[in-house]
Parts: sequence; C-alpha cells; structure tokens
Amino acid sequence: MNLRGIKAIYRYEMARMFRTVVQSIVAPVLSTSLYFVIFGSAIGSRITEIDGVSYGSFIVPGLIMLSIMTESIANSSFAIYFPKFTGTIFEVLSAPVSYGEVVLGYVGAAATKSLIIGGIILSTASFFVDIEIAHPFVMVTFLLLTCVSFCLFGFILGIWATGWEKLTIVPILIIMPLTFLGGTFYSISMLPPVWQTISLFNPVVYLISGFRWSFYENADVSVAVSLATTIGFLIVCLLVVRWIFKTGYRLRS
Amino acid sequence: MQSIISINSLHKVYAGGFKALNDVNLEINRGEIFALLGPNGAGKTTLINIVCGIANATAGSVKVDGHDISSEYRQTRSIIGLVPQELPTESFETIWSACRFSRGLFNKPANPAYIEKVLRSLSLWDKKDTISVQLSGGMKRRSLIAKALAHEPEILFLDEPTAGVDVELRQDMWGVIAGLREEGVTVILTTHYIEEAEQLADRVGVINNGEIIIVAEKDRLMRDMGKKYLTLHLQQPLTEIPTKLSAYQLELSDDKKDLIYSYDTKREGTGITALLGDLSSAGINFNDLQTSQSSLEDIFVDLVHKNS
Repeated sequence: MNLRGIKAIYRYEMARMFRTVVQSIVAPVLSTSLYFVIFGSAIGSRITEIDGVSYGSFIVPGLIMLSIMTESIANSSFAIYFPKFTGTIFEVLSAPVSYGEVVLGYVGAAATKSLIIGGIILSTASFFVDIEIAHPFVMVTFLLLTCVSFCLFGFILGIWATGWEKLTIVPILIIMPLTFLGGTFYSISMLPPVWQTISLFNPVVYLISGFRWSFYENADVSVAVSLATTIGFLIVCLLVVRWIFKTGYRLRS
Repeated sequence: MQSIISINSLHKVYAGGFKALNDVNLEINRGEIFALLGPNGAGKTTLINIVCGIANATAGSVKVDGHDISSEYRQTRSIIGLVPQELPTESFETIWSACRFSRGLFNKPANPAYIEKVLRSLSLWDKKDTISVQLSGGMKRRSLIAKALAHEPEILFLDEPTAGVDVELRQDMWGVIAGLREEGVTVILTTHYIEEAEQLADRVGVINNGEIIIVAEKDRLMRDMGKKYLTLHLQQPLTEIPTKLSAYQLELSDDKKDLIYSYDTKREGTGITALLGDLSSAGINFNDLQTSQSSLEDIFVDLVHKNS
C-alpha cells in the first residue's frame, strides 16, 4: 500500500484548506450561525417546542447535517475537479497509487474538513442553546457516515463535471432543496399527511432524523432505517467510484 | 543494449473512433536519450500517456523494466517521471511543497537534501518558496522537471521540453538533459525542434499517423538517409543547364550563379570527378565550391512526406 501517496494527497488538500481558511471554515460556520440566529430567534419565538425540545435546540442537528452535507460535496468535488481543470491530475494518474488510495487521500481530507466544520458548529450552538447528546456513539457514527458518503458523492460529481456550471448545478438544484425539505428546520410530523408521505422519498430525511435521534431521542423515522439508508448510500457511492476508476471514466482517455 | 521499455503491437483508438496508434512496436534502451519525432497529431503524446498510465491502450502490451504497465503498475510508474507538454501547475503552491508532494505521491520517503540538489541543478533553489503563479513560463517548465525528478526516476519522459522557451533557456535545458543521461537516467523526449534531437539524441524514432516509420541511431540515420550537396559558384551565370549534363540531375540556383549537385556518399562513386570533367568540357568554369550535408530536419521532413 502506498501510504506516503495517501498522506501526500491528504496533506496537500488539508494545506489548501488552511490556505483558504475564510472560505473553507469561516464562511460555512458564519452562514450556519446566521441560519441558527434567524430561524432560532425569529421562528423559535413562535414555535416554543417540538417533541419536548426547544426549537433552538431542535434545529441544531439539522443545521450540522445541512452544513456537513453541502461542505462535503463542495470540498471533495472541488478537490478532484480543480486538478482536472488545471491539468495537474496527470501526476496522480501517473503515480503508483491505486484508486482506493486516491479516494482515501481526497475523500479523507474532505471528510476531515467537514468534521471540523461540524464540530465548530456544534460548539458554537452550545453557546446559544442547551444541547444534549443522548447517544454520542450513534451521533459520531451518523456524522462520520454522512461526511464520508457525501464526500464520495462530491468526488463522483467532481469527476463527472465537465465545467464549473455542472459542478454547482447538482448541489444547488438537487441537494439544497432536498436538505431544506428534509426536516432541517422542522419535524416532518408537522406536515400534512400527503407531504409526510412525499417526504419519506427524500433520503435526507433519514439522515437528519437519525442524527437528531442521537441528540434528543426524537425521530421522524426508525433509527435502524436511517442507518441502513445512510450505509446504503455509502455503498452505492463506493461502487460508483470503483466503476469510475476501473473504466477510467472522464479520468483516463 | 538492455531494453528498459518494450512496446509491442500497441493500438489506441479513441472513443470517437480516431486511431491514434496503429501497431506500434518500440524498444527503448536503458540509459539512452531517445527522441521521438513526429508532426502534430502523429501520436507522440498518446504513446507517452499510455506508458505513463494516463491513457488506456486499446490493444497491445507495454513493459517497463520487465513489468507490465497494467498488472504491475506500481513497479512501472514508480520509476517513471513525466514532464507534460502543457504547463499544468497548482497556482498557489510553492516549488518546494510541489516537489515534496510529488515525492510522497510516488511513495518515496522525505529527502530534503535530494530535492535541494534537484532544485539547485535546475537553478531553482532561490525560487523554492515562490508560488507557481509568480513564475515565468521557463521557470514553470523547470519546476515541472523538478517535480518529475523528485522521486528519483530511472526513466524521464519530456514531452516538448523546450516549447516556448527562449534560446538561452533551451541551451540550459539541453545541459540538464545531458546531465541526466550522465546520471544514468533514460530520457525519452518529443520535440518539434529537430535541432534539439540532433544535438541530444542517441537514437531517433519518427512517428506519423500513429505508426512508427523508422527507429535508428541518430548518426546512422543521418549517414544512411542524409544526402551531401556540392555547390559550385559559377564564374558566369547560366541561363539553363546544358542537356549533356542532364544525367547529373543538377539544380540551378534562383540567381543562376550556383550549380547544386546532390550525391550519396554510400555509393561506390560519388560522380564528382566525372561532373567536374564534363563541366570543364562544356566550358563552364567556377571560382569556388563547397559541400554540405542534409540535416536531421531534412531527413524528418522527407520521411514524413513519403509516409503521408
């Protein structure tokens, strides 16, 4: 195994994050804090509690999920798309690294960044509202699975994209609506029955529900189903990445 | 000599149906400088990309140091360095960190002393902390060579190494390439500057339309395929070449003051003695003469023209 190769990619990507700390860390934390202040204060004053949890505390898991999902996709898609765009990808393709090692380097670094952001948001939120983590192990499991699977999804997106527009079209037109409609700011039990049924087709509902359960033991859907959905998404992404490297899709001519 | 790269019946057809390589067979010897010449779109870069792992072959096999490039890619890629034709660099990375990254990527332990040696040999040491976007084109190309050398490769591919660099820098590059050969590195270079191949290469291969037309030692190629020219500066301009001299296939210069005779040195007789005698009997006198030899460029153009 080329451990030095993995380390080189990982360090390189992490160095890029620290070079652009405002863009990489400050911006997502600030935007999430704004969501928290606006939704928590403005709407929270009208909705006092959901399932026995204050509205401010209720939205914290959803906000963390919202942030790490969008950041995971953005970080990993950019990480692989940019070398493709500049042409520097030739070095990775001509190096003695397997596709698994390449993925570990890029996705590992992107997932680390997402975890850092998630941790900062959680710490920041704890200054404003009371946060309990009923099941820390489950919380960390959901956090890791979401970071890794969405980084893999972003990685696929970065390879698929042939232009900057394509790189942003999926996060903006698909991921963002799914996240906002996935129960970040509300419980789907608050929706009319028809919309509750429709929401169950949104995979993000399962992620947020499972993650929120690890905090307050409140869930829109069963935790086991949430976990299975998340693991299923991870496996699909892994299979697609494996196919990409096996066929050289949009990497090797 | 021992072969370090062995290419057998290599074919490459791109998705659109374009046939880039057609049954390419080539042996590269260990420690030599091999110049791969060919016009644009001949298949040079495709061939390099396949050997380095950037492109997939449609059919055929490539072995590097006895290892297959597909099934034993770790062994083959770890001894190959590549300097691509374009100048792809991470704009905000310093030369030093870029070289350190390359070394790690190729599974080599950190060795600052070695990277320092490489950067000094390429006159980049004082620029080691400069980010790529602040480098000139020539410096960027050097930094790419430094990156390619960072993992101590045994084989170095240089795809158009001096494209777009000034004359002075080109001379420097030639010095670097010659120095690498001294260290035992096998260098494969593609170039449009035939003068470069003439200056540096031990052997030359010409590729056109995806097929290798010829592979030969440079000196032998020039000797075998080159022609010599005898130019006679006439005392009086000629209006036309006399018919009795037509057997010599002489050419008259545009200003009608020079007669040019091309001959093959490998032939038993060059025909020069007979020509001079016939000129004298025809009353054509000359006050000076000189000989010249066709360049590698002439041979290249001739070969490609015939192949097309």
